[in-house]
Amino acid sequence: MKYAVDENGYYGNFGGSYIPEMLYPNVEELRVRYLDIINESSFQKEFEYLLKQYVGRPTPLYFAPRLSEKYKSKIYLKREDLCHTGAHKVNNTIGQILLAKELGKQKIIAETGAGQHGVATATVCALMGMECIVYMGEVDIERQRPNVERMKLLGAKVVPATSGSKTLKDATNEAMRHWISHPEDTHYIIGSVVGPHPYPDMVTQFQSVISEEIMKQLEEQEDTQNPDYVIACVGGGSNAAGAFYHYLNNEEVKLVAVEASGKGNATGQSAATTVLGKPGVLHGSKTLLMQTDDGQVVEPYSISAGLDYPGIGPIHAHLFETGRVHFESATDQEAMEAGVELSRLEGIIPAIETAHALAALAKLNLKKSDVVVINLSGRGDKDLDTYIKWGEY
Amino acid sequence: MNRINKLFQEKTKDILSVYYTAGYPNLGDTMTIANHLEEAGADMIEIGIPFSDPVADGPTIQESNTIALNNGMTLKVLFDQLGELRQTNSTPVILMGYVNPILQYGLEAFCKTCQQVGVDGLIIPDLPMAEYLNTYRELFEAYDLRNVFLISPQTSDERITEIDTHTDSFIYMVSSAGTTGAKDIFEEKQLNYFKRINSMDLKNPRLIGFGISNNTTFQQATENAQGAIIGSAFIKTLTDSKDLKLDIHQFVKKIKNN
Ligand SMILES: Cc1ncc(COP(=O)(O)O)c(C=O)c1O
Repeated sequence: MKYAVDENGYYGNFGGSYIPEMLYPNVEELRVRYLDIINESSFQKEFEYLLKQYVGRPTPLYFAPRLSEKYKSKIYLKREDLCHTGAHKVNNTIGQILLAKELGKQKIIAETGAGQHGVATATVCALMGMECIVYMGEVDIERQRPNVERMKLLGAKVVPATSGSKTLKDATNEAMRHWISHPEDTHYIIGSVVGPHPYPDMVTQFQSVISEEIMKQLEEQEDTQNPDYVIACVGGGSNAAGAFYHYLNNEEVKLVAVEASGKGNATGQSAATTVLGKPGVLHGSKTLLMQTDDGQVVEPYSISAGLDYPGIGPIHAHLFETGRVHFESATDQEAMEAGVELSRLEGIIPAIETAHALAALAKLNLKKSDVVVINLSGRGDKDLDTYIKWGEY
Repeated sequence: MNRINKLFQEKTKDILSVYYTAGYPNLGDTMTIANHLEEAGADMIEIGIPFSDPVADGPTIQESNTIALNNGMTLKVLFDQLGELRQTNSTPVILMGYVNPILQYGLEAFCKTCQQVGVDGLIIPDLPMAEYLNTYRELFEAYDLRNVFLISPQTSDERITEIDTHTDSFIYMVSSAGTTGAKDIFEEKQLNYFKRINSMDLKNPRLIGFGISNNTTFQQATENAQGAIIGSAFIKTLTDSKDLKLDIHQFVKKIKNN
């Protein structure tokens, strides 16, 4: 695979494993064992069983007639919003908790921004009877109350990250510090295709079920496995990596990643890493990173907590650099309008993260014959407060 | 001769290395603290390059990083301040910092400036051995900078041996599974780890760090290694200090109990 990770954990110039020596034994154990474990037939069987009976996969590939009419093309929605817990995040947490069990770990830690990954982690911990601690920035705890309560209801302990800017990147720092202090019994379930190798590849593998299903489902409905476009939003990039994965080597399929540009890239209040970032090292990998000239990580801004991250996964930095994936960005305004539009045209209220992907439709010069698949990464229930405050509907 | 190598040649026990964050408590304190430490009898000085996301550090050092950054500390400012280091100070100096600010400064420019101002070694906690060997080592060696690796209680004997092979200064033993932060006393488990490593017959000396805070922990560490490193406890002293000179002298005296 041209875009696969190499044996040193790099995607081209990006990736690697920049971690303190204290984490080396844990990450090394993962690196040595993850492929063997996830390729075992017993693992595959259990993973597939849970994805089907617990998560509700395969998720539908729904042809959206009114949206198609509006954008004069054939638009399909990959309904990850119909996964148990309401987003694609659970595909990864199911995979990682099975892996953690195989490694003999008893405790789970995770970071979360919007709370979707935290909820998905708390859910699988309840399912497996494992102890769960979720780190969440103090600022995010305030703006995502319902998800905090969901995690608690599921039996997880939610620990506020009070250092730095008190958002997702600081929650990730705290989770790493916790792991440094509890290396033996604990597995860290990272929520996106970020972190030291092998996390980006491992999370990509678990999410790749999305494009695997798209190929089959499109064949049934369009007589071809290949759409003209696949579009997904990018925070760290896990739903995008999953939706792109099986198309990466098929250059005829155009892949579009959509970042959040907040109040506009020129305002500085943005989270569009490929526009504003430079190569750097954060959370264990070399990637594109929003930072000052002095190398201090800059706090991004987006109305969507799930896209509010100063980096992107190293796989996406590579896909950007090679030009394989076309990167777009959508502002708060464009995303909110696209979210309201989908609600009105198709009766589906998307997560605000996902609404950024929808906002790209207007920017792509689509043709009538174009078959477009949008990865509908999550549902909007968690964002009702934000929609209400927005008010323009 | 590199000052770190010279130190270990001349002294084989009770070595005290003290860490503090550049630009803390005030931007202009960096050199003042270095000079007081030398006068007070510290054997080695570690200066932290502040970073927005110091994952290997506990709350005390994190806080000092945040304040130093707010004070305006950057690598450029730090190198300016260190411009006069070797006019007044002959203690070995190590810079401790994370990869990203160094990359943005430019790796070779960073190494070159380190040598110019008289820095002797580097501790980069998120720089893994593989990356060091592939790209960093050549430059560090060209500019006479010693790279210091960390080991922890979880590090395998095999890896410790490998680290020892690639080290030409000392090995930084992290006292227990955890981030930086002060402890009152080490327990049986940690002491056993100190003894285990001590009996490995490594070619490099070892300093024990993370959790050293007083004479008790200093003694416990130096019984099983050539010396110890103190960070968080010293930062706390700086935070509360109204008279840096007096407090730094008293701090070093108390640790060494002399
Ligand atoms: C619904 C939804 N979509 C997308 C994201 C962004 O994450 P990623 O880029 O890893 O898919 C999140 C993160 O919280 C999310 O909740």
